[in-house]
This record gives sequence, structure tokens and C-alpha cells, in this order.
Amino acid sequence: MAGKKLLLENDHIEGIRSLRVYRQHGGYQSLEKALKQMTPEQIVEEVKTSGLRGRGGAGFPTGMKWSFLAKPEGVARYLVCNADESEPGTFKDRYLMQRIPHLLIEGMIASSFALGARTSYIYIRGEYFYVARILEQAIAEAYEAGLLGKNILNSGFDHDCYVQVGAGAYICGEETALLESLEGKRGNPRIKPPFPAVAGLYGCPTVVNNVETIAAVVPIIRDGGAAYASIGVGKSTGTKLISASGHLNKPGVYEIELGVPVEEFIYSDEYCGGIRNGKKLKAVVAGGSSVPILPADLILKTANGEPRLMSYESLADGGFATGTMLGSGGFIAMDEDTSIVKNLWNFSRFYHHESCGQCSPCREGTGWMEKILHKILDGNGTLADVDLLWDIQSKIEGKTICPLGDAAAWPVASAIRHFRKEFEEYVKNGKNIRDVKHYYRLNNLVEV
Amino acid sequence: MSDQKVYRFSDETMATAERIMRRYPEGKQKSALIPILHLAQAEFEGWLSPGAMDYVASILNIKPIEVYEVASFYSMFNLKQVGKCVIEVCRTSSCWLLGAEDVVRHIEKKLHIKAGETTKDGMFTLKTVECLGSCGTAPMLQCGGDFYENLTLEKVDALLDKMKEQGRRRVYTKDDMVEL
Repeated sequence: MAGKKLLLENDHIEGIRSLRVYRQHGGYQSLEKALKQMTPEQIVEEVKTSGLRGRGGAGFPTGMKWSFLAKPEGVARYLVCNADESEPGTFKDRYLMQRIPHLLIEGMIASSFALGARTSYIYIRGEYFYVARILEQAIAEAYEAGLLGKNILNSGFDHDCYVQVGAGAYICGEETALLESLEGKRGNPRIKPPFPAVAGLYGCPTVVNNVETIAAVVPIIRDGGAAYASIGVGKSTGTKLISASGHLNKPGVYEIELGVPVEEFIYSDEYCGGIRNGKKLKAVVAGGSSVPILPADLILKTANGEPRLMSYESLADGGFATGTMLGSGGFIAMDEDTSIVKNLWNFSRFYHHESCGQCSPCREGTGWMEKILHKILDGNGTLADVDLLWDIQSKIEGKTICPLGDAAAWPVASAIRHFRKEFEEYVKNGKNIRDVKHYYRLNNLVEV
Repeated sequence: MSDQKVYRFSDETMATAERIMRRYPEGKQKSALIPILHLAQAEFEGWLSPGAMDYVASILNIKPIEVYEVASFYSMFNLKQVGKCVIEVCRTSSCWLLGAEDVVRHIEKKLHIKAGETTKDGMFTLKTVECLGSCGTAPMLQCGGDFYENLTLEKVDALLDKMKEQGRRRVYTKDDMVEL
């Protein structure tokens, strides 16, 4: 049976990108309800009741984040939407924004009303330029219909919403790096505290939320927080967009009720339809490239033999020893022919490329890890190199200003933890493993 | 460190830049830097020369170094001359799992350049880039503002041929999709 959909319920409807069709299907009724029947405090309460957790990756309770917002008299407050979707394996926000841009705009206005923000910005990664244009068209429609600007729907609430494009930097998905970038600077994360809730954009109190989080506020206002909380399992309430990719028969964006068994998600025809070309599943990265990789047996069942569910708690069951994280919901499946060592090198190159260079452990360590993996892939590694990799990752994790260091360390730690034999095979037999030359060449590609 | 060329936005681009600057509170116009660098890159042949960056600094009334440090941080800004079509092949994760390397190798062979280089006729620059958020439709590449997804080598051939035939510059700020 198909699960309940709250965000993508109408995404198949022709023309849903336009304001007219969006409104025909109930669009902007939540905003009307928020402005005419609710106080800002009531909206924050409903979001707290809903149990909604940040959908960008950290999973922090949204209502709590909102309630931290400082409200000094006479100081502007800002809502900033994090649309800098860059976590490898994640493409749900792009899908949502290009299909139903008004869902995000409606969420932005209603959330801004709840937070008392007169201005909001949607910071979208530069590569999504065409999506930024879709959003700008939607915003123009909203202004024309009196849904943005002065005295929205005669409520007395004024609000302006703008789209800001980035220019290619994974690090700007980190909320304080994003704020730096929005201020026209390099995307170097800030030291916290102070948190953005106290001193964010231009030093003013700011809430930064992911696209999907802000969109989820719309059904929460419409149906109430309790109704939202009744979906899902335990503290994993509501629905979640999963970006499914890799060796799957049906990759794509799926809205699931949190709590769907992983096995059902991978193999049922309703979702991913199994592994391509009838191959076996080898491993899964369940929440974007940063979360620990798990071998097939541990992603399908926990160490205790319980079926693993698509929820924050179930995916984390067993800690990092035998579990992983839901993260951004970037679900990457790898078939039996995938080389875990090569895949890890691909990830490590990514983190090396994307490290902002501010903290030494991350700036230096990511480069060392990439080089050592390259050496191992090239057939020149030793068993001591595997231990050295382990040592380096342990000296990055938790020792940097922002979580990019952790994100670079976890894939390395988990790959060695679960697939150490494969590393040893490369050490012993690397020169005979097919395609090694090719990887060597690829790694030497020069960038513009 | 300006070059000889005189940089100046067209009236239309200047109007866009001014519209963008009004989005921020008084005194915070530096926030417009990244959007305006995109405009400059589109207007001045797809790259940001020192002269172009100095011009952007003058528009925003900030020091040139504030522009250089930002332009050199973000991967979408080209600090060297590039071809009319910059082909950016995603090399990360799912694209890599599903054959991104074959795509890169194929384009290198077809255009007789390595990744990072520009063809002699100035038509194409080939770059490899990190995840572009199109993992469900891997492998993919971006050219200008457009995504080309679910690539096969045949599709890549058709795309490059059409681009060459049309001979236009493609920039991030414009939709200029080549139909496959």
C-alpha cells in the first residue's frame, strides 16, 4: 500500500509549478490559515508538536531551533532557506523546487510570519541556476497575487523573499558558511557560539532551515502538528524525501512515511524495484556520502537481527559500530561488482576538494587520505597504510570548526571497519586488479 | 592589476545588478558580490579577468582583494579564459558508479583535450566537477545553466556536435538547452 504523501502529493499534476494550478489544489490555504487564524506562537507550538526534524541532514528538532531565536526589540530577524543541496547522493530539494516551487514559497512566508522575519532569503547552489529562475518566477507570481510584499492577504504582515545563488562550494551547505557566503564572502564556517539564532545574517538573529523542512511546515499548519506526528515511527515523525541513486532499477525521489523497512524500500516495485541487472546488493550509503557505509546484511537488518527501518533511530541502531544515519536521505546503493576502496577514494577526493582550508586537520588530513587511498589503489600500499588511514580519520573527527571534518572521516572509518579485507586485497594484489591504471590517470586530471 | 580592456556592463545588465543590490539592507550591498560576479562572467566572455573583477569591486564600492578572494574560492568562477561551451562532467558518487569516467574519457578522445583544457578553436573547455545533485539521473554533465542527464556516449556525441554547429557561448545565467 502506498504511504501518505504530504509534500509530493500533487507533483504529478500538470502545471502545478504555476500559482494558478497550485492554488486550485489547495495551495496557500495554510498561509491564509496561519495569517488569519493563528498567532506566531501557535505556529511554533504546532511545529514543536509535529516532531519535525531538520531535513538537511542533522535531524535537529525544528520547533526547538525556532524557539531559540533571539527576539531583541528593534533588531531585524531573518529566515534563510538552505537550498545549497550538495551532499553527494542528494537531489530531493532540486526536485521539490523545480516541481512545486510555491510549496517552498508558501512555507517561507508562513515560517517567516511565525518567526517575525520581515525578510527571507533562499540560498540556492549556483549550479541550480535554472531552478533559481523557476523560484524567481514563482516569487514574482506571489508578489502579483498579494502573497508577498506589503500587508499580505490583508493581515498587516509584510514580507519580502529573495533568491540568492551561490557559486559552487559544498561547504556553503553548512549554515554559518552559508551566511558568510550570503554576506558576499568566502564560505568559511564560523566558530559557534554564537549560534545563528542569536547572531546570524548581518549579526542579526537568524533561522536557517533546509528546503524540505520549510516545505513540511505547510502540511503541519494545514493538518495540525498532532496529525503530522501521527505519521511515521517514534521520534521519526512525518514523511521524508529520499533521493535514491546508484545501482537501482528505479532511482529517483521518493516520499516515504518514516519507518518503511529498508528491504521494502530497495526491493519493492513501489520504490526502487531492486538492484540493476539482477545483481546482488553489496553496500549502501543511506544518508548522503558523509554517513557511514554499511554492508548489505547490516543495512537490511540491525546487528540484533531486527529489520532495519528508514527512520532516524533505526538507521542509527548500533551506533557507528553496526549502524549509520538517515542524514539528508541520499540513499546510494552499490551492487556486488563495486569496489569499496575505489568508491572511498572517490568520496575522499570529494572532501579534499571541498575542504575550505580553515582547519588544519581537515585541510591536510583530507589530502593525505586521498593520496594514501590512491597509493593503495595503485598497488603500492602496505598494511601499515590502512592503519595510517584509520589514524588520520580519527584525528580529523571532532577536531574541526564545522562537521565537514566528521563527514570526511566517517566514510573512511566505516569502509575500513566493514570492508578491511578488501583493503588488504588491494595491498596484496593491487597491481593485478583491473582498471588500476585508469584510476591513476583519472586522479591526475587537472582542474581549471 | 587591470588589463588594457575597458570593462563596462550593458545598461540592461547594470539594471539587473542594481535590482540585486536592492535586495539587501542598507550598507550590506557586498551581499550582491556573488550574483554580480555571475553577471560579469556571463557578460565578459565566460571568465573573470583581473580587470573584470576590479570593475565589480568598483560597482560595489569594495576593495579589489575582497572580490579576488571570493572569486577564487568558488568553483563556478573561471579565472582563466575558457571555451564558448564549458562542459562540466560530474565525477562524484553515483555518477562515478554509473560511468562518469567513461564519459570523461570519451569527451577527451573526441575533443583531443584532457580535462582542464580548452580546444584550439576555443569552442570547448572540459572540466570535471563534484556532485551536481543529479544522482538519480546519472551520469550527467552541465553546460551553461543546463543539465544533461542519463548520458550515453551516443548522447554525448550528439550534444557536442549540436553545440559546435550552433557555435554559441553558453553561460550559467541563461537557459540555452540543446535538444537531444
